Amino acid sequence: MQIFNIVIAGVGGQGVLMASKVLAESALASGMDVKQNEVHGMAQRGGSVISFVRIGDQVSSPVVMPGSADLLISFEPLEALRYSHYLKPGGRLLYNRVAINPSTVAAGMAVYPQDVEEQIAAACANAHGIDALAIARQAGNGKAVNMVMVGTVMKYLPMDEEIIRDVVRKIARGKGVEVNMKALAGGAEA
Amino acid sequence: MKKIISGNEAIALGFGDSGGVFASGYPGTPSTETLEEVARLGQVYCEWAPNEKVALESAIGGSIAGGRSLATMKHVGVNVAADALLTLTYTGVNAGLILMVADDPGMHSSQNEQDSRNYAKFAKIPMLDPADSQESYDMVRTGFEISEQFDTPVMLRTTTRISHAKGVVVPQEKIAPQVGQWVKNVPKYVMLPSFGKLRHVEVEARLLRLQEYAETTPLNRIEMRDPELGIITSGVAYQHVRESFPEASILKLGLAHPLPTRKIREFAASVKRLVVVEEMDAIFEEQVRAMGVAVEIGKNKLPLCGEINADILRTALGKEATATTVPVEGLPQRPPVFCPSCAHRGLFTILSKLKVFVSGDIGCYTLGALPPMNAMHAVIDMGASISAAHGMAKVNAIAGREEKPVAVIGDSTFFHSGMTGLMSMAYNGGNALVIIMDNRTTGMTGGQENPGTGETLQGVPVRQVEMVPLVKALGIDNVAELNTYDLKATEAAIKKGLETPGPYVLIDKNPCILRYKIRKLAMSVDQEKCTGCRACLKVACMALGLTASGEKQKVRVDPNVCNGCGVCKQMCKFDAMHELEGENYANL
Repeated sequence: MQIFNIVIAGVGGQGVLMASKVLAESALASGMDVKQNEVHGMAQRGGSVISFVRIGDQVSSPVVMPGSADLLISFEPLEALRYSHYLKPGGRLLYNRVAINPSTVAAGMAVYPQDVEEQIAAACANAHGIDALAIARQAGNGKAVNMVMVGTVMKYLPMDEEIIRDVVRKIARGKGVEVNMKALAGGAEA
Repeated sequence: MKKIISGNEAIALGFGDSGGVFASGYPGTPSTETLEEVARLGQVYCEWAPNEKVALESAIGGSIAGGRSLATMKHVGVNVAADALLTLTYTGVNAGLILMVADDPGMHSSQNEQDSRNYAKFAKIPMLDPADSQESYDMVRTGFEISEQFDTPVMLRTTTRISHAKGVVVPQEKIAPQVGQWVKNVPKYVMLPSFGKLRHVEVEARLLRLQEYAETTPLNRIEMRDPELGIITSGVAYQHVRESFPEASILKLGLAHPLPTRKIREFAASVKRLVVVEEMDAIFEEQVRAMGVAVEIGKNKLPLCGEINADILRTALGKEATATTVPVEGLPQRPPVFCPSCAHRGLFTILSKLKVFVSGDIGCYTLGALPPMNAMHAVIDMGASISAAHGMAKVNAIAGREEKPVAVIGDSTFFHSGMTGLMSMAYNGGNALVIIMDNRTTGMTGGQENPGTGETLQGVPVRQVEMVPLVKALGIDNVAELNTYDLKATEAAIKKGLETPGPYVLIDKNPCILRYKIRKLAMSVDQEKCTGCRACLKVACMALGLTASGEKQKVRVDPNVCNGCGVCKQMCKFDAMHELEGENYANL
């Protein structure tokens, strides 16, 4: 198969890396070659985070180049717009509509674009936004936004949905399983 | 069984599977997860050292005592450990010894982008340069074999895109650890000049033997495809080459030092155009050119700074870049920032207000240099905050300037190499205010244990090093505690420290909210009382923001982000901020 490029973006603390792990493990469990890469330096909450997952018969570089992503998953609207140029023409964008202020906005040094969703629509014809935080809360934990987003994109991935659910069960363990399974299901319906 | 793991995890697994006995390191991005994973696997003894020099020296001891040993660090950590390394190359090893170093081209989380391959040349030792997780795993085993066969330390060098990229790994058969003899061998391990002279001769002879090894080892392989284009490369650059030029012939160097000169000539002779692709310095290219072999494209077209990627390669070699899209312009930046409710926020709010010169250090608190705080004015390397502040104070005294510099340093950095600077300040009659943010962890790298945490890397409870008695023992009389969540008290304490002549140390003991999972109720803003004066925004917390519109924009708190520290509340003169009622905790 042709390499399937996924970019996952969000804000530090939202669980971008865990979502990336789920996708990478699912690809491996499906018998495909996979490389996953993010640059995580500082441990803080609040910085912009971007992660790549590349799936195919044989994957060389761990890096997705701008203009070549099949799928962009963003946990925050401004980050969706910031990384929208990673999408290839016709690529698909799924994003969480709940905004988180960058520190620059919080400090009054910059303004959060009020028309961010209009700009997203202009940048990508295949964009779809959901309220992942509300769905995560319904599932039992506001921190499950990442699994809601994974649920939302499941049908667009070159992996069987049941394999993805299995991987989440394995990673979440214990009482987290129920919340995460509900989050996946909630995302899939959104 | 196949696994998908990062280069760092692969090195840890490789260490456990290759008879590893002892591992030590100091946290530093992008190397940190290696030792954490050794601990998580739980089969081999491992520990955090207070700095990289101690880590490498402990690994040397482990090797001399007969156990295969590993030291892990980031590139700049090797500078700290270099004193040990440059003589370790003379003594050689008993059991195998690997120094794993993680470079950070592009400086994703570093203060420089030095190329560690220079150290392999400098120390005249072999360096392995893996190109993915599988090679990272395999090269630990090969590294131990080379180390023992050639009686040499081996450097295993990764870069950020190897350390942090996950790929598929098939583990090899596990080798059980075997601890060898603890041998006394004075001419080999006591580097007095008379013995050192003999060992230096051995180092040069060993390098020649390693050069022969480089010619035949499968670590260096020629992949012949189209002879039109031949590329010499290594590490992650190899993957970018495969991506952008799948038809090109490649000489892939798994051994980055010493180079296989005959193999390079053979490869150069078999291709029409020769290109050298390497991130950062022109280490390969200079050696290839010095052999009299013509290189068509190297650093004349490829960057010395930052990372290489597929498009940079395509462009340098005259092909079109794949990226035809451009980023949306003018978006607000989202730089890293102090976590909501971090203890550093209160400190830098006051330092910013007082407009003092702050000599900073390496840690989360380095973010105090960014707007709107702008409250850090020099940051060089681990520990430099205190020693540099000392030098500033001395020159200020000579110049007749009265301003007293402020040094800001965290506990882990203080244990690493701030202590010696403070001792010098006390000894040499210095005059600076030193603020130690003692949050009982190595925060920026993800909350690793240190001598102040009270437990080891492997979770063993131990006695905590107490900061106040330690600082006093270094020769400081004026030591006071600080609580940066109380802005008024913080300002008063800093002012007192600045007014009191001589070295003055303030210690904040508030723990890292991330490491110790501290959760508080979110704040809220009374929209009737808020006047929109924006005084609270000076604390630079991402939980704050202005309301969307209206005649006068007011401040709101995002309850999904706020962790209720109350620092912003103290900035408010209109009593507009209060804790939210009920169970409301952040989701970040």
